[in-house]
Amino acid sequence: MNLETIKSEIEANVPGCRLEIVPNNSPSGQHSLLIDSETALTVARFLRDAAHLRFDYCSNVTGIDWPGKEISEKVKIKKILDGVEQEVEEIQKTQSAGHLEAVYHLYSMEKKHGPVILRMRTEDRADRIHLPSLTPIWRSAEFQEREIFDLYGIVFDGHPDLRRILMWDGFEDHPMRRDYVEPDDYEYEPTPHDAVLQKAKQHLSETGGR
Amino acid sequence: MDEKLKVELGKQGIFTTTLQELYNWGRRNSLWPLNFGLACCAIEMIATTMARYDLARFGAEVFRPSPRQADLMIVAGTITKKMAPQVVRLYNQMAEPKYVISMGACAISGGPFKQGYNVLKGIDRYIPVDVHIPGCPPRPEALIDAFITLQKQIDEQQLTGVGRPRHLDPDAPSEFIVPQFGPHDLEPPQNPDVWRPPLVNISLAGKNESGND
Repeated sequence: MNLETIKSEIEANVPGCRLEIVPNNSPSGQHSLLIDSETALTVARFLRDAAHLRFDYCSNVTGIDWPGKEISEKVKIKKILDGVEQEVEEIQKTQSAGHLEAVYHLYSMEKKHGPVILRMRTEDRADRIHLPSLTPIWRSAEFQEREIFDLYGIVFDGHPDLRRILMWDGFEDHPMRRDYVEPDDYEYEPTPHDAVLQKAKQHLSETGGR
Repeated sequence: MDEKLKVELGKQGIFTTTLQELYNWGRRNSLWPLNFGLACCAIEMIATTMARYDLARFGAEVFRPSPRQADLMIVAGTITKKMAPQVVRLYNQMAEPKYVISMGACAISGGPFKQGYNVLKGIDRYIPVDVHIPGCPPRPEALIDAFITLQKQIDEQQLTGVGRPRHLDPDAPSEFIVPQFGPHDLEPPQNPDVWRPPLVNISLAGKNESGND
């Protein structure tokens, strides 16, 4: 099953969808299909119901956090130096918003093919973190989407029961995000190293050696 | 009482004992564990009670499904922060005298999950533990050894004075703080009456013995 053909078939059958193939250059070559959140439900329904595709089994749903990157650009700016207007090159640094991503692995039990990997991206990591839930299409996505909601903070619209699943209600953070700061319940380690040593040193400097 | 005289009297058919011996004998030989497990250590705990290892030989006949009827809590497995309040509440509901065996790496320190965000770094942060068993998971023999260790501890306890059992000391607490779910962590993160972080000089951490990097 070639991802290119699947892509063109979806484009032919779902009007207005924006698809993009995310290449994977590793030996496994598992390329994935980036779908837009507006037509995601229609695309998913097509993949499940089309007679020759029949992706009836969603084996795995997971999340990825892509934090914002610092992008430095060289920009030419006109400046007045020593009374003469000159063009000066300056490096401008901008912070990109980053995004959160949900990844779905689909197989077909009936046709015995797969996987097809779908990706959906949120617009940023702060407020616009809504994605459509694919639980109405694949029931097996329910708990895994709850887990993504819990650990990454993606809000799945249309999910039947979107609650935290691993952490308790009232917990405020999303522990799998890259910028998560865990509570400082440090205790003595006999052989601290690397990240643990950093944590130990930070704890000791904050508490004055205790 | 003189041990020789006691043996001599025994030969003559006279049985002598002290109230303390009788009391401790009763306590140590009828430790009924609470029927609960948290993770894979519980499988070893179950194996310990089955025919091959047969914990019943030591008086732990029955695993009680109710904390009201149990004397011994075997904390067998990983205590997630979400589960910790329930464990402490179960301990509070047990009647005195009550004992705790902390079984396996997770229950004594957090084990392989110690650097994580959602696992409690040892149940001794909230409740007093009598015996710790290391291992991941400990073998049934290790649990039996911990059990015998606990029986020895009970046997050596004086019923009066300093070091008497907690239930004979009116000032000693029987219930402990049940942690609450906070927005970022359990509150409090530990019970300071039960556990304090060990004071260790780690200024040499990451350096060799001469103190250099």
